[in-house]
Amino acid sequence: MSTGTFSVTLRVWRQPGPGQPGSFHDYAAHGVNPDMSFLEMLDVVNDELTVKGGEPIAFAHDCREGICGTCSLTIDGKPHGPRHGVATCQTYMRDYREGDVIVIEPFRARAFPVIKDLVTDRSAFDRIQQAGGFITARTGSAPEANASPIAKGVADLAMDAAQCIGCGACVAACKNSSAMLFVAAKVSHLGLLPQGQPERERRVLAMVKTMDEAGFGGCTNQFECTAACPKVISYDFIARMNRDYTKAIFKSAFKSAPSGGGEG
Amino acid sequence: MAELNPRIPPGELSGKWRKHKADIRLVNPANKRKYEVIVVGAGLAGASAAASLAELGYKVSCFVFHDSPRRAHSIAAQGGINAAKNYQNDGDSVHRLFYDTVKGGDYRSRESNVHRLAEVSANIIDQCVAQGVPFAREYGGLLANRSFGGAQVSRTFYARGQTGQQLLLGAYSALSRGIAAGNITLRTHAEMLDLVVVGGHAKGIIVRNLVTGEVTRHAADAVIMATGGYGNVFNLSTYARGSNATAIWRAYKRGACFANPCFTQIHPTCIPVTGDYQSKLTLMSESLRNDGRIWVPKSKEDRLKPPASVAEADRDYYLERIYPSFGNLCPRDVASRAAKRVCDEGRGVGASGLGVYLDFSDAIGRLGESGVRERYGNLFDIYHEITNENAYKAPMRIFPAVHYTMGGLWVDYNLMSNVPGLFVLGEANFSDHGANRLGASALMQGLADGYFVIPYTVGDYLATQKPASRPRTDAAEFAQAQAGVEAMTGRLLSVKGREPVSHFHKRLGHVMWHYCGMARNKAGLEKALQEIPALREEFWASVNVPGSAATMNQSLEKAGRVADFLELGELMCRDALTREESCGCHFREEHQYPDGECKRDDANFAHVAAWEFAGEGRAPVRNVEPLVYESVKMSVRNYK
Repeated sequence: MSTGTFSVTLRVWRQPGPGQPGSFHDYAAHGVNPDMSFLEMLDVVNDELTVKGGEPIAFAHDCREGICGTCSLTIDGKPHGPRHGVATCQTYMRDYREGDVIVIEPFRARAFPVIKDLVTDRSAFDRIQQAGGFITARTGSAPEANASPIAKGVADLAMDAAQCIGCGACVAACKNSSAMLFVAAKVSHLGLLPQGQPERERRVLAMVKTMDEAGFGGCTNQFECTAACPKVISYDFIARMNRDYTKAIFKSAFKSAPSGGGEG
Repeated sequence: MAELNPRIPPGELSGKWRKHKADIRLVNPANKRKYEVIVVGAGLAGASAAASLAELGYKVSCFVFHDSPRRAHSIAAQGGINAAKNYQNDGDSVHRLFYDTVKGGDYRSRESNVHRLAEVSANIIDQCVAQGVPFAREYGGLLANRSFGGAQVSRTFYARGQTGQQLLLGAYSALSRGIAAGNITLRTHAEMLDLVVVGGHAKGIIVRNLVTGEVTRHAADAVIMATGGYGNVFNLSTYARGSNATAIWRAYKRGACFANPCFTQIHPTCIPVTGDYQSKLTLMSESLRNDGRIWVPKSKEDRLKPPASVAEADRDYYLERIYPSFGNLCPRDVASRAAKRVCDEGRGVGASGLGVYLDFSDAIGRLGESGVRERYGNLFDIYHEITNENAYKAPMRIFPAVHYTMGGLWVDYNLMSNVPGLFVLGEANFSDHGANRLGASALMQGLADGYFVIPYTVGDYLATQKPASRPRTDAAEFAQAQAGVEAMTGRLLSVKGREPVSHFHKRLGHVMWHYCGMARNKAGLEKALQEIPALREEFWASVNVPGSAATMNQSLEKAGRVADFLELGELMCRDALTREESCGCHFREEHQYPDGECKRDDANFAHVAAWEFAGEGRAPVRNVEPLVYESVKMSVRNYK
């Protein structure tokens, strides 16, 4: 454990509400302990602001252990801050030094409008899920779980994709604000598993369509998404989704309905 | 006095649920769409309930305070989910899971509910696999299992260290499908701030939109609350920062009884506290106790030495020593108290002296570092991020932390509270875990309630209500409830005192941890019952809640939740004081055996204490539901 406290300057994006103009404001953070998490440092700054009669900085957070996907700060230009493979809430002040100026912004993307200060609206991700991010399995109608074995390698790869926490860092990191990594993770997780086959084509077509409609950009293979992803989800899944999508769109062009899907 | 009829079906224990399902009232398919059901919360219990009820044809509205239903704190559960599949051929059965759960809860849960839980556990795994939950598998392609505390069989299914996440994403995908199909209306950023009771029945809720500040009324034929536990009353816990008791607390004030509020689980393996600024304690999954060995030095002179320099002979693997048959896998309450005892003796490790080692060197010797990484890699990563220490090289330092609440709103066998039409699922109710929950049983209970219990039992109530007979939201009860919510918001904003909300939350947490934590005694609880009302008074005199009610205002959200914690904390202490025995998590120092184990008083306390609100400023009424054990013999819980 480190000892000795220090001071930093926070340059924070403040915006009173959706569609309103915003700007950067400087705040001093004193007595920063290296073992504090980044969000705990913001808690302390907010309490000081409150006591001084200011308005605390709004930021999104919840589980504070890197799994709920709520926290979403762009720190010094990097979604989720300086460390690889962690979320904002798992960023610690031991990565900073006395006198640092830290720039804090929301995740920026056209499809993620700012609600207030550092909080954005990421409901587009929910709409993409609703379009097809599921396997239709009515409650009570499931077969015995061990009836169809799944090779360990397949299950492990599906789990690699399924780890996505839906935070949107991939979008914020991408110069095109593309959501391809997010969508590809879900499409791959479900499409790899035997249970996901009946709806595989319908799923990828519907999710990609909803993604495009939500205003996310296209992928130009820069792979900034994987670099920013707190779960380091591989961009290989984007290639997998592209294959699935091409196959599905090709088939759908020759048939009235995509094969195997559609019954819901 | 409230009427507490558990409505346990007659007949032999193992046939109760089957018979009950055959006997209860049904709603015909054409009528189902005429019923509106409100579901508050979209964790495992809420999302699975909303999805399953919508599939049946009910019109469902689902309210979550998060920006997305996928954020609910079920997502953070790490280790696994229990089910009596007996895939390991190691002697597991519905009866054994039932028995382990009743014993694990120290004979303070309702036998019939627990048996049903064990019965449906196997269906949960089937359901989740069908949804595409990527559970861990063996090389042959079949599902893998591991062991958890309080059991001598391997019945826990898992998805790396992210089981809760994968199960929640499964339930969320089913919920998403229902939303897309138009059967579920989802309202995000929607915090329930009151329950509306009309003619004695729960018929709606009052909600504040956390983005716009707008307060709205919502009517329904039944209200289902799956709003989670209340452990954040302690401020520091493994809960998400947003987890709160407001929904259940406001329902309590509308007449729903609060059962066993003092039953709070302190989890033995969490990362220790480092400073006053701390907002959160992080759990290290119980699954680590499969391969990690817990120890402290035998002598307190060695407690600050580097662990590697403490010779094997000078280490006290105290769980293995005291509980040889369960060893490091004894239940959570037992393991936590044992850690407290060795730290109280001055043998705790780390600068604060509040820590014990969880050591993987044996496992690394046996499985290699890569074998350990395969099983627990993400947990070791989390540990490293928080502490900056490498647990492959040196043992983890852990200490108990608040993790779960077994208490909650009282429910009958149908999971309906004593307010007709109000159903309570998952951690928000009290029914299945008694005085201590076993690991990997919370996920099981949440999904059992949502997928396999409420779809049957809600119909038993709705069949007594005429289709489309729900009140309109212009009824006087709705107006009165909305006015109450707005008055409280106005009051919080108008204090304009000196202290931020967190100041009061921290102080409440200190009182609760010291007097109503791992060990409790009469004098301490009486002191807490003096201090909490005084703190509450101070809160209402000097809290500072900046901003307005008409926008997103995170300070206001927190203030309302802490105001409720300041009342609930008092009820918890009152409950702990009146339960003059030790059982499970509830350790009253006055009631222990010479070896320090819990001394139950079955003659006087084999019951559920269900507290009833009696009005502001008046002492709540303690109602009692006797616990009758027909199948299990109550005995001294022994893990030795």
